[in-house]
Amino acid sequence: MNAQSKTVDLSGKKRPGEALIVIFLIFAAGVSILTTAGIVFILGKESLPFFREVSLLEFFTKPRWQPQIHDFGILPLFTATFMTSLVAMIIALPAGLASAVYLSEYAPDKVRSVIKPVLEVLAGIPSVVYGFFALQTVTPILHNLFGSERVDIYNTLSAGLVMGILILPLISSMCEDALSSVPKSLREGAYALGATKLEVSTNIVIPAALSGISAAFIVGLSRAVGETMIVALAAGAGPALTLNPFKAAETMTGHIVRISGGDLSYDSIDYNSLFAIGLLLFVITLGLNILSRRLVKKYQEVYE
Amino acid sequence: MTEKKTGFQPNLAGRKRNGRIMARLFLASTIFAILCLGALLFSIFNQTAGYVLVEYAASEADVLPAQDDGNPKHLESLEKVELLALIDENLGARRKKALDIEKPLDTRTDKELRDLIIAEVLQPKVIRTWLFFESILGRAHIFEWAAENAPEGTLTFRWWLSPAFLTASQSSDALYAGVRSAIIGSLMTIALTILVAFPIGLGAAIWLEEYAKANRINGIIKTNIYNLSGVPSIIYGMLGLGIFVRALEPFTSGALFGVTGGDAAGNGRTVLSAGLTLALLILPTIIINAQEAIRAVPRSLRESGYALGATKWQVIFHHVLPSSMDRILTGTVLAVSRGIGETAPLVLVGAATFLTRDPTSIFSRFTTLPIQIYQWTARPQAEFKNIAAAAILILMVLLLSLNSVAIILRNEFRSRKRG
Repeated sequence: MNAQSKTVDLSGKKRPGEALIVIFLIFAAGVSILTTAGIVFILGKESLPFFREVSLLEFFTKPRWQPQIHDFGILPLFTATFMTSLVAMIIALPAGLASAVYLSEYAPDKVRSVIKPVLEVLAGIPSVVYGFFALQTVTPILHNLFGSERVDIYNTLSAGLVMGILILPLISSMCEDALSSVPKSLREGAYALGATKLEVSTNIVIPAALSGISAAFIVGLSRAVGETMIVALAAGAGPALTLNPFKAAETMTGHIVRISGGDLSYDSIDYNSLFAIGLLLFVITLGLNILSRRLVKKYQEVYE
Repeated sequence: MTEKKTGFQPNLAGRKRNGRIMARLFLASTIFAILCLGALLFSIFNQTAGYVLVEYAASEADVLPAQDDGNPKHLESLEKVELLALIDENLGARRKKALDIEKPLDTRTDKELRDLIIAEVLQPKVIRTWLFFESILGRAHIFEWAAENAPEGTLTFRWWLSPAFLTASQSSDALYAGVRSAIIGSLMTIALTILVAFPIGLGAAIWLEEYAKANRINGIIKTNIYNLSGVPSIIYGMLGLGIFVRALEPFTSGALFGVTGGDAAGNGRTVLSAGLTLALLILPTIIINAQEAIRAVPRSLRESGYALGATKWQVIFHHVLPSSMDRILTGTVLAVSRGIGETAPLVLVGAATFLTRDPTSIFSRFTTLPIQIYQWTARPQAEFKNIAAAAILILMVLLLSLNSVAIILRNEFRSRKRG
């Protein structure tokens, strides 16, 4: 943009209709601002009545979420979100990074041209399908492995595992972008000193791409926190304060979907409580996304 | 760097062995992802066909009129007269009278009559269903089990994904339920989404890449778009619920345009609200992809346009857009595919749990394929998992065909660019 404004404007004289077009373009660009404003406005407006009745302290510290008896403590929902995200990240981080290293450093072009589209297909499958997979395939497998008396029909482990599969392609492709933006000269320097391929990858390339890799991890985490359909189908349909991955527990997103899918009267405290959860969710994911953008910018500045 | 690392390391064989082991581990992680995809597809296919054991109060063969080939006609293919005759034959006089008082039988729709026959005459009860490979490999066992546990039941091999499943409307019985309303709803919603999101997304990208000066406001817009693309879809659902369903209800319910009455009045929980919500959801992705495509157009192309006296818009419209359209479309299709599969925001916007009529206009109540999959998967009965799997296959085919259209369009634009 800077280069453009320095050069002389070469374009011909504006035609009359063009002003209208430009107005439409400005409007189009403004829609995104309106969307953000809308999100903040709605979440704020609808959760305000909730926070008038339930104090922030109560919201964050009470260990129960039972709207029937007017108990609104976010902890049980939060721990469930924490458990599913944790399991998902335990699967997706190592596997995503390892497959990114393979694709960027090891794979011949031919293999890469086959594997990349497969990963894209995996990333393009709707999350409700993953939810079906978790409930119908992964949970029965867990039953066989650990015994059905120990594993609930709905459990955070199954939801987390499948969520890991969902996030894997995202982390893999973001890590691969970071790895392949490391200049070749760095690798060649290490080879010249006698390093093996593995040593180049782990001691040179990964440290050099660290900010990009951590950005990928954070984006993955933010996806896991906001993911809804898998947990709505497989994690459980009732808030429960537990850190046992075999037990059923409802996440923040799962709770919002289950309650809003039923008959819910507007302007009740139940209704407003959903927006309070939504607001917390929005703040968490926004924070994570801003952090990851900073990290991405950092590695772009270093190597581009 | 420690002394040890910089020094000569003689253990070359060991280092190379480590390298080989880790290389296999990296490959294994990649293969793990592919295996997961395989397992997912296998598990879905495995549930779309198989034996099903059903007990009827009166079997289809006894009740339904016979076709030319001797098999009973399909319930969906019967005319109203035949349906009424069926009810007349099979229900007692008192029950008929009671139903008539509820709502006169001859004023009921075909759909209502069919549901009535299923519920009152056939009364099917699924005892158990088997997976596809169980059915192929363990056929003898299944027949044994059926003879032992339900000698009265009918055991049939059923393809849950069938033409009847595609064309049947919603039903509370898995054996007769279909996805017609959901397919229509999905197509209507996504068409609306594209109509809204594509022009706005492209417009925003053109503004940001071609017109916008590098000032603070435009910087904020750009950062804002990136942040929006990371907002969880369920938050967009809350936005849709707050803005489109509630605040703009007169507009989205059609009351403003004089649409009232019957199923049409969705109280704002309409195809229109759903389409607009999804449009906002996929907008950031469309803008980011279109921006990248426009940025890739070389500056020389623009300058040669200006040299011939073209205005700014003429250069954009006749040169920049045609030569970036292939990539813009690819990005748009990616975004739209994401929109088609979205479930959570539509649950919030108020997708119907049960539709008695297909959506006919943008002011109708709606359901979509992913919503249907979600609702069926969440039911405890096994047979609903089978139809959920069948609906998933349809959704996947829909996504696949959309992507093929994108590839065709992209090649078309590429060849035009070269030609």
